Amino acid sequence: MAKHHVTATVNGDTVEFLCDAQETLLDCLRDQLGLTGTKEGCSTGDCGACSVTVDGRLVCSCLMLGVEANGKSIGTIEGMARGNELHPLQRKFIEHAALQCGICTPGFLVAAKSLLERQPNPTETEVRYWLAGNLCRCTGYDKIVRAVLDAAAEIRGA
Amino acid sequence: MRYEAPNSLDQAVALLAHEAGEARVLAGGTDLLVQMRTDVIDPILVVDIKGIAELRQITEEAGGFRVGAAVTGAELKEHAKLKSVWPGIVEAANLIGSTQIQGRATMGGNLCNGSPAADSVPALIAAGAKACTVGPKGRRELPVEDVMIAPRKLSLAKGEIIASFLLPPRPAHSSDAYLRFIPRTEMDIAVVGCGVCLTLDGKGKCTAARVALGAVAERPLLVAPAAQALVGSSVDEPALQKLAAAASAACRPIDDKRGTKEYRIKVAGVLARRTALIALERARKV
Repeated sequence: MAKHHVTATVNGDTVEFLCDAQETLLDCLRDQLGLTGTKEGCSTGDCGACSVTVDGRLVCSCLMLGVEANGKSIGTIEGMARGNELHPLQRKFIEHAALQCGICTPGFLVAAKSLLERQPNPTETEVRYWLAGNLCRCTGYDKIVRAVLDAAAEIRGA
Repeated sequence: MRYEAPNSLDQAVALLAHEAGEARVLAGGTDLLVQMRTDVIDPILVVDIKGIAELRQITEEAGGFRVGAAVTGAELKEHAKLKSVWPGIVEAANLIGSTQIQGRATMGGNLCNGSPAADSVPALIAAGAKACTVGPKGRRELPVEDVMIAPRKLSLAKGEIIASFLLPPRPAHSSDAYLRFIPRTEMDIAVVGCGVCLTLDGKGKCTAARVALGAVAERPLLVAPAAQALVGSSVDEPALQKLAAAASAACRPIDDKRGTKEYRIKVAGVLARRTALIALERARKV
């Protein structure tokens, strides 16, 4: 079976890659494009480590085929910092020590950014529900939630 | 595996109908990709239907709504009018998985995945929704409760796709609700799910009702005796007791790690009563 030729936008840049029909977007990002910031956790859509945005919508990249990305705009963790300047969420995760092993962190950051784009002033409950699909097995949820709320306040200029 | 992404329903039907091997429809993929990954299925052809415009739309039609089968949970949630007219359907669909899953998961997929515990299905059955299909023999409409026969078994012909769900016109003083019971607060599979849709007259008497249960039988059930317990009443205590008894009596569940038969039968009655009270409160306000 011939490989599929996919053209997509990733973090604002046009990219092209070849993939097999059954390859997931997660595998394509990591193995074809070398964007290894997106992590593989469960591969069944339960853990959120592979979170990316597709045309602005938060999804698990393990539950999407690479070929489905054709013509789409993908956002990954690599697109979050501007050069050497970290995104406020990234800075607040460091300040609040909202990470331990770090495997879940890119997924949490991509998911949190997606929340703040829709709801700049979320309640703690909204943050917890929005991030319920991101699992941290170092169990640092409280610090993560505080970091997101603090980043939201800073972005709002509060 | 071959991947096709047609932009018309006719092309999608032809692709599925002409494939001799295992062919699957890909909508949100949140069940399909997991089943492929875990080798539950090994399709030779996957037909992605998300490029077909009519499957991605919510439109008002004949006084009701037509909801494309490939509309995602997130899109349902963002449709303010649908949410106000059919709150039970939208809350049921929104119970499926996380934010990430909501960005992809669809009601067409939830139904065609063929799980007795699918959350959106009892809500659609309670609503009196029709599944509008397109297949090699053309288009047809069938009640949602007639689509699933048994776990992973549907009454659809080879090559037949669910294109949309047709929701009927909403009378005055009418609303719906969906509740499911799970042992935690988020992201689990229903031990019991219950959808109730009811209509009141100007004096608050119930003139029409539909009650559906999930996860208590080999497929989601429309429970006519439970609905009859409400019709003609003011949804008062005796009617709610009859409703709960009828809901429990309709269950033919299995024992599994989420709950025993006895537990599911008991919970079905409790849940039917709670769901009816939410639908009642909503119906009084519209």
